[in-house]
Amino acid sequence: MSFVSVTDVFQSYDDRPILERVNVTVQEGEFISIVGASGCGKSTFLRILLAQENPTRGEVRIAGAAPAQEPGLDRGVVFQKYSVFPHMTVRDNVIAGECLRRPWGRFFGAQSQAAKDRANETLARIGLDHVATNYPATLSGGMQQRLAIGQALAAKPRVLLLDEPFGALDPGTRLAMHDFLQDLRAQTGMTVFMVTHDLEEAFKLGDRVLVFDKPRWDPDDPSRFGATITYDFDARDGGIPFQRLEEDTHVLEEH
Amino acid sequence: MRWINRKPGRPLAFFLMALPFLLVLIAYSVASDARRAVNPADKLLPAPAQIAQTAQRVATQPDRRSGQIVFWKDTGASLQRLALGVAIGAAIGLTFGLSIGLFPHLHAGLNSFVAVLSMIPPLAVLPILFIIFGLGEVSKVALIAIGITPFLIRDLAARTSELPFEQIVKAQTLGASSVVIALRVALPQIMPRLIQAVRLALGPAWLFLIAAEAIAAENGLGYRIFLVRRYLAMDVILTYVIWITLLAFLIDWALRQTSRRFYPWAEDGL
Repeated sequence: MSFVSVTDVFQSYDDRPILERVNVTVQEGEFISIVGASGCGKSTFLRILLAQENPTRGEVRIAGAAPAQEPGLDRGVVFQKYSVFPHMTVRDNVIAGECLRRPWGRFFGAQSQAAKDRANETLARIGLDHVATNYPATLSGGMQQRLAIGQALAAKPRVLLLDEPFGALDPGTRLAMHDFLQDLRAQTGMTVFMVTHDLEEAFKLGDRVLVFDKPRWDPDDPSRFGATITYDFDARDGGIPFQRLEEDTHVLEEH
Repeated sequence: MRWINRKPGRPLAFFLMALPFLLVLIAYSVASDARRAVNPADKLLPAPAQIAQTAQRVATQPDRRSGQIVFWKDTGASLQRLALGVAIGAAIGLTFGLSIGLFPHLHAGLNSFVAVLSMIPPLAVLPILFIIFGLGEVSKVALIAIGITPFLIRDLAARTSELPFEQIVKAQTLGASSVVIALRVALPQIMPRLIQAVRLALGPAWLFLIAAEAIAAENGLGYRIFLVRRYLAMDVILTYVIWITLLAFLIDWALRQTSRRFYPWAEDGL
């Protein structure tokens, strides 16, 4: 039984199809990169995974549970920006990952202290312990995204959804974030979906790379058909899709 | 160098800041001198020195009949009305603004209604308030509250719906209920906006306060100005006007400081 199953998903806005006939199954612990041209529905697909939108047809099931109607604890998310709460300190943002589910959205008494200790551990792990009492606006873009990932993981979701999480970062920070994400993944064995524009990033981080594109194209009416998954690459092998080369060539050396 | 790229140094900036005040003071003094040169008993433009003298007198000398210093009593009465009216307006504005901005059903039900309400000129409602609540304190407080509440509701509803949807979605993925999102995510971020909106609403609030006091009151800053108007006591009127301006400025400053103190993250760029 696959962990995440997407069955026959269609999505259209005002009768304009965006996605059509999307089917994919994902095993627990897989890292799925999602790429495609702008406007090909990959962000729509992520919103459907997140249950922020419900598809017009088809369904998404996580761990066999009924399809979700709205975002919930089983799905964690990190957006390109605005992912952390600007009015909470860095530590409170991590604590929010645990306490927002409480009736009043906060911990009291001994629980509060325990949550603070756990948050300090998390902050040490993601390298933000020195700015625990700062507000997010004082952090760099990379630190904010690390915080956003730490916050999402503090809630212990079943799958983590990343919507171009490193899109706004400079190349150096982006590489550091790749290492950070790979380390975290090695520790947690998380199932991850990541939408990205960066093909290299997609193949470097992903176990599989899903490509969204329109299989049918009407030159007179480009919005007539929706997009679907046109390629499903196996990217585990140093980002070389499908085939393993039998002989050693220097083509591989860059990776 | 282009003028848009030139910046005044500190002393020059201070001088430029003081300049318009000085110019107004000088223009007033000149006009006052000119009038009093023609008629030494002129009441329209009393000399600045005379205003200062009057200010000192009204602020320190008790009234012969009641034994109280009228100036401070007026100030206390007016500030109490203003504070009550603004506090009630802010509380209602915050509650409804936040709810309308966050909950689609309330938005659908109330948004147009509030938009229409905000078109009612509050002063046109004043007679109704006098009829219902009498000429006492309640009608004045109610006028201020009614006058500023629709603006506050609309402004705060707009600010709430401007919160990035990413944050709202994120809170949901952390398991937050609607109530928790309202109280822990939206409310704290709206509070500095509330202070900002109240700062803007204070102008109209003073207007409604003085209008209500001018029409029916037994004390208050607005009442006093309109009372002494009968005696052409420009020195008293000007004293009160300067005092009201100072109070308004101080309240505005205090609100700004409150916002900085309690919501440091909301400051631009930090």
